[in-house]
Amino acid sequence: MNHQSERLYLYPVWIRIWHMANALLCLTLIVTGLSIQFSNPGTVVKFKAAVTVHNLAGILLTISYAIFFIGNLFTANGAHYVIPVRGFLSRLQKQFYYYTIGLFKKENPPFPVTEEDKFNPLQQATYVLLMYVLVPFVVLSGWGLLFPEITVNSFMGFSGLDLTDLLHIVAGFAISIIMCVHVYFCTIGKNPFSNFKSMINGYHEPH
Amino acid sequence: MIYKANIRPAWVVLVLLMVFTLAFSLVNTSDLETSKTSQTEQIKPPKIDLSKFKNAAENENCLKCHGQSKYSYENVESKQTVTKRMYAELIMNRDVFYVSNHREFKCTDCHSEDYATFPHAGNLRMEAKANCIDCHGGDEKYAKFKFEKIESEFQSSIHSQTHSKDFTCWMCHNAHTYKINARTNDNLKETITYDNLICLNCHGDVDNYQLLTDKKKPNILQKHEWLPNQASHFTNVRCIECHAQNDDTLVVAHHIMPKKSAVRKCESCHSKNSILYASLYKHQVSESIQKKGFVKGLLLGETTTIGPDKSNMLNILSLIIFALTFVAIFIHAALRIKK
Repeated sequence: MNHQSERLYLYPVWIRIWHMANALLCLTLIVTGLSIQFSNPGTVVKFKAAVTVHNLAGILLTISYAIFFIGNLFTANGAHYVIPVRGFLSRLQKQFYYYTIGLFKKENPPFPVTEEDKFNPLQQATYVLLMYVLVPFVVLSGWGLLFPEITVNSFMGFSGLDLTDLLHIVAGFAISIIMCVHVYFCTIGKNPFSNFKSMINGYHEPH
Repeated sequence: MIYKANIRPAWVVLVLLMVFTLAFSLVNTSDLETSKTSQTEQIKPPKIDLSKFKNAAENENCLKCHGQSKYSYENVESKQTVTKRMYAELIMNRDVFYVSNHREFKCTDCHSEDYATFPHAGNLRMEAKANCIDCHGGDEKYAKFKFEKIESEFQSSIHSQTHSKDFTCWMCHNAHTYKINARTNDNLKETITYDNLICLNCHGDVDNYQLLTDKKKPNILQKHEWLPNQASHFTNVRCIECHAQNDDTLVVAHHIMPKKSAVRKCESCHSKNSILYASLYKHQVSESIQKKGFVKGLLLGETTTIGPDKSNMLNILSLIIFALTFVAIFIHAALRIKK
């Protein structure tokens, strides 16, 4: 009974649907993006198909990002992305210590999940970087590549389109890395699957 | 107190986005203005100092009539001065001729001396026009341009095959105006435009097109409707990249293929082994590296294609980062399982 009452309802339906859509779209974009990047005549994934799917998934990601953005502008969930600046670095250090050393010493997590703070400092920093820097950038640069005529012709001696392309790829790569680490860190929970279950039923199970 | 301000990052992004849009629109308008001015400069050919050319004075005998849109002569019968319009194709623009490859020549190097008399004798118009190979063939000074190769490529091209002798070098290269471009011009866009205008001279002009055929001229824009971002492709890629057989040794490919053999696959260019790197682009990259140094030349060269992998350095770096991430995850997971 007691255990049951500790379960926190942290992920409302709209967040779970958005999160699932975001995950699938990002995966699709990474796979098709890689096949465009390393395309060669005669490869398995047809270039044209890869481009079409990439464009389509990119447009859908824009919509899904808009839902995320507006949702976090106006609902209570947005508060989780507000980083309290004072003492943030030392809190980051604490969380980093926990993941690298404390975890193995069976110490308790320094920032246990509560209704007010569902993200630990490291999560907060990563998610803000991901959702408010990298994703908007990759979406905007993607649109710039979709409509090259709106992209700046030249920027400090570089071709605007090439620069957009390069930065789009770099940002996409950074997102892929964060996604890999994100999926791995999700296995750090009550048991390796509990966090994945949370994103389906909405309830967080504490350690 | 300030630190407690409850600002959601979404608002920050929104404000930044607005600032960015504003800055972007400002940058874009100034960009347009500069491209406009450079275009007008391009249209106005430079005024040439004729005294620098040893044959210029002699050439003036011809150009005093053929150098402008009208000419005057005295009618020996009526003793009156008659002014007539010069046919457009007989007008030689000095500003264009004296920057062309053949600027040091005098008219009579190629044309008959009999043109010195006026009115010109009727049979003079039967005079055969020299083709490139007639002068440039077998000349060691021009060996690097590979005129023999160009000639044989041209002979097997669709132009030569379909129109036989009617289609000569002159169709694309007017000896009075032709100026070497790809090898000497640093500006890739200018070279692309120059080369594409050669094709469009006929394929974009029904009168010129029908000089050699009675067929209806195909609408180029319609035929290329399948090409995404058509305008970008037309201004950044030469027609011959897709329509000629590319050869690694020539800067300009002359084996124009029939339309069914034209490149239609995106990945032929947008890939690691892009055909674009066969000729002009290869030349531009090596030139750019030579002039600006390796890193700057490679990065600042205008020769990349959008999409495909092009920078090996970045590929290796990304692979290293990817591998390190996985090694870290693996070690972390292994330690967790062990505990």
